[in-house]
Amino acid sequence: MTQYVIRRLLLMIPVAFLVTIIAFGLLRLAPGDPVLVYAGEERDPVSLQELRVLYGLDKPLPVQYIVWLQHAVRGDLGRSLRTRQPVSEAIIERLPATLELGLAAIALSTSIALIVGTIAAVKRNSFVDLLTSSITLAAVSLPNFFLGLILILVLGLALRMFPPGGYVPFLEDPGDNLRRLVLPAITLATASMAVNLRQVRSSLLDVFSHEYIRTARAKGLRESTVIARHAMKNALIPIVTLIGLQIGSVIEGAIITETIFFWPGVGRLLVDSITGLDYPVVQAVVLVSALSFMLSTLAVDMLYAWLDPRISYGRSRT
Amino acid sequence: MSWYLRRNPRIVIGGTLVAGLLLIAIFAPLIAPYDPIAVDASQALEPPGSLHWLGTDDLGRDVFSRVVYGSRISLSVGVISVSIGFIFGVSIGLLAGYLGGLVDLLAMRAIDALLAFPALVLAIAITAALGPQIQNAMIAIGVVAIPAYTRLTRGQVLSLRERDFILAARMVGVPTLRIVLRHIFPNASNALIVQASLATAFAILAEAALSFLGLGSQPPQPSWGQDINYSQRYLSNLKWWMSAGPGIAIFTAVFAFNFLGDALRDALDPRLRRAA
Repeated sequence: MTQYVIRRLLLMIPVAFLVTIIAFGLLRLAPGDPVLVYAGEERDPVSLQELRVLYGLDKPLPVQYIVWLQHAVRGDLGRSLRTRQPVSEAIIERLPATLELGLAAIALSTSIALIVGTIAAVKRNSFVDLLTSSITLAAVSLPNFFLGLILILVLGLALRMFPPGGYVPFLEDPGDNLRRLVLPAITLATASMAVNLRQVRSSLLDVFSHEYIRTARAKGLRESTVIARHAMKNALIPIVTLIGLQIGSVIEGAIITETIFFWPGVGRLLVDSITGLDYPVVQAVVLVSALSFMLSTLAVDMLYAWLDPRISYGRSRT
Repeated sequence: MSWYLRRNPRIVIGGTLVAGLLLIAIFAPLIAPYDPIAVDASQALEPPGSLHWLGTDDLGRDVFSRVVYGSRISLSVGVISVSIGFIFGVSIGLLAGYLGGLVDLLAMRAIDALLAFPALVLAIAITAALGPQIQNAMIAIGVVAIPAYTRLTRGQVLSLRERDFILAARMVGVPTLRIVLRHIFPNASNALIVQASLATAFAILAEAALSFLGLGSQPPQPSWGQDINYSQRYLSNLKWWMSAGPGIAIFTAVFAFNFLGDALRDALDPRLRRAA
């Protein structure tokens, strides 16, 4: 196991290195002179040259990359072009809102997936099962921005059950915070709920076909005990993986939902920065979301290996 | 055909939906009752009715006509970006899997690096860097699609490489390229067809998301995602029809390709039945 962990960590180093190169390179992909990104309205050649020197853009690309990387490793991701705020500060400021939304959505999607998925698996090929599989296929095909707009329109504006958008910090007004959380959380949860539900159903069905479940039933255990105590334990392993990956991609999921609901998180920061041509922020959010995604993949792999001793650590997972 | 219908009704249903979408896109000028970008202020914000089936937007443009023409953007992004992903992904996968060694190591680390980015974040970042244009959205979604094909192809190659028929071909002196293209690739094609269908669903959804964020096609071009974004400003007046048409269109298109992909997976490759 230790060897497996070390191996995975070592394999991560070149990948993380490539990830930083891609994140750095993206800014340079932009057509035109990169100094114009920093210059705003300024077009005077002398000032442009000063800016070039100030931001190190007069140096060769590999040197620029290494300087950027040295700063990034120390947590210095540059400053926002629009607000002059340090980028890392801007991200940390917005992280709580994103995490609140993301975790609420994951909690919602997981609990529904576990309950409905189990029912669908137990009552396989029944009407309930058929209905669930149709609904899940529909849910993964529904664009979340459209779902968000439907919710805003129906529950927010027409029926006035929930506020149609906006954010209030939890510590300021817990009740209002939670009321504003409902619609974006449902929006964000729907697609992952469908994926999780299919996984719960299929891994339960897979486990049901095993001998030890038959043994448990033959012992005369109640069906609920067989499911909860015997089947669930093994069926949950792939679901844990799935949820781990969803936690890692919380920023990605939040991009659109936060934009629709005016939720001031990291996803909205990314969208606002793209519209405002604020490239250092875009670069940083891309880097942070890739690294958190990588770390969660690593954590999930280790958790998986720990939960399921049948997995061999000898070969890399490629 | 009737035999096929009985054996695989879901493939036929999915295939019909996809074919219907393609026909709508191809014959858009014949189907759309109005010019999708013609402004008519006297008809602004009309609710759905006999004259305008899905209503009109604030500029008096017919929503139904825009939805019909929007299918052209969505489907061409789907086809082109999936082709980009397919061509590059499969080539890299074939080479990495068959040649092995250093080529494999380097190629797979590059693929790992692409996979390290959440798909939508990468697509958004590439499009933002290249500039908000529909062509760039196609490239971005295509790049995001590469890793899945590479891994799938490489896995198939690795499992086939040591099989007797490949060894036999190698023994009688068939050139490497020919072995890869004529003997290995066809064996991997079932899994690739399934992936292509599911990837098209993702591509249409991603294009809609990019256009919704203003990174895809630009006004006045009719595009489902962008039209929904545009309609947002009339949401508070409860002018729901401006978003309903394009939203249902995206849903139908993505659903069709997902449905077809699922059905193909069950029919073509039971081993792949990733019940997820």
